[in-house]
Amino acid sequence: MKKQLRIRDILENTQKIDLQLNLITGREGIDKAITAIEINRPGLTLSGFFDYFAYDRIQIFGLGETAYIKQLSRERREEIYARFFSYDIVCCVYTHNEYPDEVFIEYAKKHKVPTFVTQHPTTRFISLLTHIVEAAFAESVTIHGTLIDVFGIGILLIGKSGVGKSETALELIERGHRLIADDMVEIKKIDESLLMGSGSELIRHHMEIRGIGILNVRDIFGVRSVRNRKRIELVAELQEWDANTHYDRLGIEEQVYTILDIEVPYIIVPVRPGRNIPIIIETAALNQRLKKMGVFSAQELDKRIQEWIARENDNK
Amino acid sequence: MKEKKVKVKSDAGVHARPASILVREAMKFPCDIYIIKGQMEANGKSIMSVLGLAITKGSSLIIRANGEMEEEAVDRISALIENDFAELASK
Repeated sequence: MKKQLRIRDILENTQKIDLQLNLITGREGIDKAITAIEINRPGLTLSGFFDYFAYDRIQIFGLGETAYIKQLSRERREEIYARFFSYDIVCCVYTHNEYPDEVFIEYAKKHKVPTFVTQHPTTRFISLLTHIVEAAFAESVTIHGTLIDVFGIGILLIGKSGVGKSETALELIERGHRLIADDMVEIKKIDESLLMGSGSELIRHHMEIRGIGILNVRDIFGVRSVRNRKRIELVAELQEWDANTHYDRLGIEEQVYTILDIEVPYIIVPVRPGRNIPIIIETAALNQRLKKMGVFSAQELDKRIQEWIARENDNK
Repeated sequence: MKEKKVKVKSDAGVHARPASILVREAMKFPCDIYIIKGQMEANGKSIMSVLGLAITKGSSLIIRANGEMEEEAVDRISALIENDFAELASK
């Protein structure tokens, strides 16, 4: 399915970026979908060259465009605007707090094209806007799992229904860690190495614990127990203990779990009564932090043992 | 894998109570069940997941099941949604 972004979504962007947009036409057309990720500077178009006019992009009028229009005669402006608005324009933005002339506003209102004025300089505005638009068009996927921030490491708990993901998360929250999302985690690929996880806005920070029902984690445990989004740095799969499965005992080789073509360190945690899963998850987080700092416990122990064996052999 | 498209007709959409009925029915099947709305995919066996879809009147959903008894599961869940959860809610 092709992604869509409405002008309204840009105004109410989730990153809380203030584009300082001032709507000078009516709100009509504000729910129109933007399908092109790029922006367009319509300089050439305003001069009368309409070939290759990228009308489906957000049109940005900088100082150059405004200055050019100002020195045109009213008749010429009318002529250009009539042609300009004969295309299905999505949205226009004037930067540097420059206002369009009344003829433009008239046409924009008539064609229901939302037009904004921003305080930002053109380059700054474009960079902010690109940030919002790219995030909106970023590849994303929803995964059945629980995302929790443990000692600053975003851990995605996955596993079959009923294996105890939510219970583990609850215990971790009790121990001072932070919940991002339970059961349904929306993951976005921000760039080639960064996966950002967040919860659906509607059910944010709620979880269901069998036997109790739906809980609002923020209300029960306080604001320190939650956060809205977190980079995913480790995937931990909870699996019912199976005597026939071979579980990793060394951790010398790192396993990975692939989400949206990005490889994330991955561990399988066997679950059985008596195993304290939250403590294991906490320790996995600490171990992951150590690895990030360049300390790899399993490999280092192995190195030490190999050195010791070599020394013993030399002494023989 | 089995799939079926359904449209939600109920004014109330799928709020807590219908969601719990849906999940309870889904739990009876051994296969994996997914409810898909647009780009969001919810686990049919998880209340929070189903609620998170924000299913309203007119929402187009795809019910997908994968595994043992997938056919029965898809039929059961889609029938439930199409009949506004009526038969179960009354019980």
